[in-house]
Amino acid sequence: MSRRWTMSKWTRRAFLTTSAVAGGGVLIGVAMRPGNQVKDLAAKVGTEGGKLVHTYVKIGKDNVVTAMIPHSEMGQGVHTALGQMLAEELEADWDQVNVEEAPALGEYANYSLGRTYLLTGIDFPKILIPSIDGAMMGVADSLDMQITGGSMSVRTSGILSMRVAGAATREMLERAAAEAWGVPVGEVMAEKSFLVHGRSSRKEPFSAFVNEVAAMTPSYTPSFKKPEDYKIVGQFVPRRDIPSKVDGSAKFAMDVILPGMLYATVLRSPVPGGTVVSLEDKDARNVAGVHEVLVIPSASYSTMVGGFTAGETVAVVADSYWSASKALRQINVQWSEVGYETVSSETIFSQFDKDLSAGTERQGDVSLGDADAIFAGAAKVIDADYNVPFLAHTCMEPLNATADVRDGQAEIWVGCQNPLGFRRAVADSLGLDSEKVTLHNHVMGGGFGRKSVPDYALQVAHISSVVGAPVQLIWSREEDVRQDFYRPAVKSRFRAAFDQDDNLIGWSNTYTNKNEPVEAPLIPYSVPTQDIGYVSSPTHVPFGAWRSVDHSQHGFFTESFIDEAAHAAKKDPFEFRANLLNNKPRHLAVLSKVADEAQWSDPLPEGRGRGISLQESFGSIVAQVVEVTVTNGKIAVDRVVAAIDPGLAVAPDGLSAQIESGIIYGLTAAMYGEISIEDGAVVQGNFNDYESIRMDDSPMIETHIINSGHDIGGAGEPGTPGIAPAVANAVFDATGIRVRLLPLNNFDLNYLVEEDGVAS
Amino acid sequence: MSTSFFINGIERSVDVDPSKPLLWVIREQLSLSGTKFGCGIGQCGACTVHLDGQAIRSCLTPISSVEGKEVTTIEGLSSASGELHPVQQAWVEHQVPQCGYCQSGQIMAASALLARSPQPTDGEIDSALRGNICRCGMYGRIRTAIKSVDVANTDEELFYNVAEVDHV
Repeated sequence: MSRRWTMSKWTRRAFLTTSAVAGGGVLIGVAMRPGNQVKDLAAKVGTEGGKLVHTYVKIGKDNVVTAMIPHSEMGQGVHTALGQMLAEELEADWDQVNVEEAPALGEYANYSLGRTYLLTGIDFPKILIPSIDGAMMGVADSLDMQITGGSMSVRTSGILSMRVAGAATREMLERAAAEAWGVPVGEVMAEKSFLVHGRSSRKEPFSAFVNEVAAMTPSYTPSFKKPEDYKIVGQFVPRRDIPSKVDGSAKFAMDVILPGMLYATVLRSPVPGGTVVSLEDKDARNVAGVHEVLVIPSASYSTMVGGFTAGETVAVVADSYWSASKALRQINVQWSEVGYETVSSETIFSQFDKDLSAGTERQGDVSLGDADAIFAGAAKVIDADYNVPFLAHTCMEPLNATADVRDGQAEIWVGCQNPLGFRRAVADSLGLDSEKVTLHNHVMGGGFGRKSVPDYALQVAHISSVVGAPVQLIWSREEDVRQDFYRPAVKSRFRAAFDQDDNLIGWSNTYTNKNEPVEAPLIPYSVPTQDIGYVSSPTHVPFGAWRSVDHSQHGFFTESFIDEAAHAAKKDPFEFRANLLNNKPRHLAVLSKVADEAQWSDPLPEGRGRGISLQESFGSIVAQVVEVTVTNGKIAVDRVVAAIDPGLAVAPDGLSAQIESGIIYGLTAAMYGEISIEDGAVVQGNFNDYESIRMDDSPMIETHIINSGHDIGGAGEPGTPGIAPAVANAVFDATGIRVRLLPLNNFDLNYLVEEDGVAS
Repeated sequence: MSTSFFINGIERSVDVDPSKPLLWVIREQLSLSGTKFGCGIGQCGACTVHLDGQAIRSCLTPISSVEGKEVTTIEGLSSASGELHPVQQAWVEHQVPQCGYCQSGQIMAASALLARSPQPTDGEIDSALRGNICRCGMYGRIRTAIKSVDVANTDEELFYNVAEVDHV
């Protein structure tokens, strides 16, 4: 008996619905076992890099091992880190290992991601694991899930695919050698890409046994090495993608050149959802080199967070991007009214305020103790409102994709965070079967969540199908900023209650619009009474996953307000937090480490300040200490010290680089980041009005890693949430001014200093 | 209208709209894809190349203005034998790139800086590199890598080869 999984859209809700089936035992009962897929898969994957001996492993005649990595590279170093995990268990010689991104095929769907997502914390009997994997493979495949995001790659595919593939392949190689040599399998050892039998002094390369291994069915429950025996995982290894990124040879999607390729650029309605009422394109068509002006119909997209319907798109196709963009500027479009033309950032924040006050459809995250009673009887209560604005992603590489859609087939070249999902979306939009669409995924010039939404790939597929030629679509930076899926603006309201001895006894928090991860607004501190919840206050601004998602807002809110609580209790912000972490030894260790390394207790001169933050996200715990100097109202961030407990750092230098990166990404948001809405549309358009941290205002960052031995956590996002509150807390330390809305650059600290009568 | 100039030491002539930016000529007419488009308004530095040894923004440079001049792109920075430029070597040594999209521009800006100031101060690094945005935020690694380049003990020809190219 088998069952088809027909869900085509991945939302957490959809997945959880599926998991309810799993919880009832049905899923396990109907599971399909993947068995030995190598025979069918090998034909699709090809022989370049060697013969496929396992879904994730090729071995060449030259004994070079190629690790097939089922995740996209957007700078996070995932190809190297996952390759390390596979090579470690395979006992391969790292110098003889290549890494290669797995193609957009169902066999490389992230079934492990699904399994971790659904079954976290459930200790399944080992014997069921093959069935569960089989079921998850079915689910992930039919959901077209090949997602890179959520800081998940190492802790899902790394643990459940690469490590298993490496160990299972090693076991098959050992068995094949033992059979060939007529010796007990227990006496054969894999060592640096060779198989060795000590007693008979036999030694042959992995490549000698590829045919035998390719015919075997790999184990799903191989035995793993002990972490103390690791030789590749946890060591510094240079990233494999870096050489091609210093000599200009790395091929991003925009670097694709096809014979006869045309160039296109696009414009959508400034207010999301608008359609074309009238179009004057005479001047545009007269621009030299212009081939076509066309309107792409409205389209709906499934995103990681649900559906979105975009309006129509005006596209210009020319013999050069330069000509296309020159022509696009000469087009006059009248867009339809969609009903949001009077919305502005101001009206959105007053709507948030109104909904918070009214408690509109309030739902609870945490309810501990009797909050009403505790606040009514408290010796002291403080309260505060915090706001953060919408943010765009601004990947360095503006959105682009190339398509060749002809004769009932489509070929797409793109950099994206979900190749299978994009392939399915393109197929659906063209009315083709997925098998008729070939997708080539490229290294991305940044992703940060934006490149999980396929709108740009669908646009170019449509354009190519209309003009009947290969087309490269390049968005202008202005389009990239104005047609994003934005980190949402949020307003968050807090109250804290203290007893006569200034102990924090109550924590109350209501914020607007919950997304993911669900635990983002939670605090690690042992406050006996807590009431945390959210109201619904929807806006028309398209929502997107933005590096660290809800943690990016709530990290700022909760870690700023706990600082306010510390000051209200007249305690040192580090000591205050530490005293509330009696049940959280890992958190306390990370916080203490950062305080130590940053010389927290050393006094600073006038005008300088120090701030601290602690945030658990994506399975890793990060604490940060920031030092700032405030001169004539201008903030300089001088130094950031970070400590992280990721369980185990698979690629320590890669992890440090990700923490540095996450911090600068969050610092840009803290200092400058603001997408504002006027007349329903995004105001900003390029790096001149949507600024970024640059060389001259970037701090030196020190990262300290604690390998605690707990489950491996994420790396790409956990650096981001804690920087804004640490900076704001440092500004308070330096000036006595509490900043409760970002970005900090909007503040005239001079003015506030005078008003408050605090010496500057 | 035809414009002639030297690209990585080789003379080329292109027949395009004289106002077309050098960036798009490099990418579209010359098929050199290492120079990147990031903003189109000279704000991000992803398109940085050398024009007669100076770091410039190719997205704002009309092709007509490079007539007869020397343009060096990331592809022309390493030596003829393929040995990496010292700045490129430092970038590998310090594992600078993440996504890598801005790094051609960063490397071109850094190599132009070091050619005129072999031991730059932090202030000089700030002003020479502040035009180059890195959204992956690798500024600390870029600074460290620049400071690690030992210009004094590097073969001058390798360090800055553009002036030495023979245009026969």
